Amino acid sequence: MKSKSDSLLISLYQKGDEGALSTLIHRHQRELFTFIFYKINDEDLANDVFQDTFMKIIVMLKEGRYNEEGKFILWAKRIAHNLIIDHFRAKSKNIKVSETTFETDEYSIFDLLREPSENIEDQLVTNQIQEDLLRMLQFLPQNQQEVIKLRFFDGLSFKEIADHTDMSINTTLGRVRYALINLRKIMEENNIILTR
Amino acid sequence: MKKNDSLKVKALKPKKETIEFLLNYSKSLEIVKTKAKNYPISKN
Repeated sequence: MKSKSDSLLISLYQKGDEGALSTLIHRHQRELFTFIFYKINDEDLANDVFQDTFMKIIVMLKEGRYNEEGKFILWAKRIAHNLIIDHFRAKSKNIKVSETTFETDEYSIFDLLREPSENIEDQLVTNQIQEDLLRMLQFLPQNQQEVIKLRFFDGLSFKEIADHTDMSINTTLGRVRYALINLRKIMEENNIILTR
Repeated sequence: MKKNDSLKVKALKPKKETIEFLLNYSKSLEIVKTKAKNYPISKN
């Protein structure tokens, strides 16, 4: 079982072989857990996110919603990344309020005088920027689009991108650099401003 | 000699219980497919 590829293991699992899932989890547990841990720096929370990630994976695989577009581990990391973002979003909405504390993790009530979240106008501007950026990406060569999406939308490190795309880190760095230069050119030629 | 814990390499992997939970979760999960939607249900 250990010598089988991820695709084969997924296929076997979808046909009812539970042992294939065990192999898949054991094969990728270190890489995925490390990825999660270094984003949140809390071992218990990392275990929770790891568990939620695989629960989602299990449901999606059983429903037949996995399509073989990329590597399994990258897909798993993307799910974990989204769960981490969800966690921090939920956490920011549940700030404990106290009047005095600067010594504990709680926020002082005076910190709340300045509303940190975006107002509706800022949200509209952010959405507009994202839409413009996605439209501009379509003008880049496919390989540059890919690295930009992996780096800035999926939050992968250069090393992870290099592993995923079978390129060296230097090539990855170069490709992101050229992509950014090209994006700047497109912005200048079309008078697009992406700042507030 | 006193051990220097800071030099220990931390094993970054999930707890055994987490893995066991996931394998049991998978075994107990069944997907009921209808025309409109898929429903994950527990076999237990």
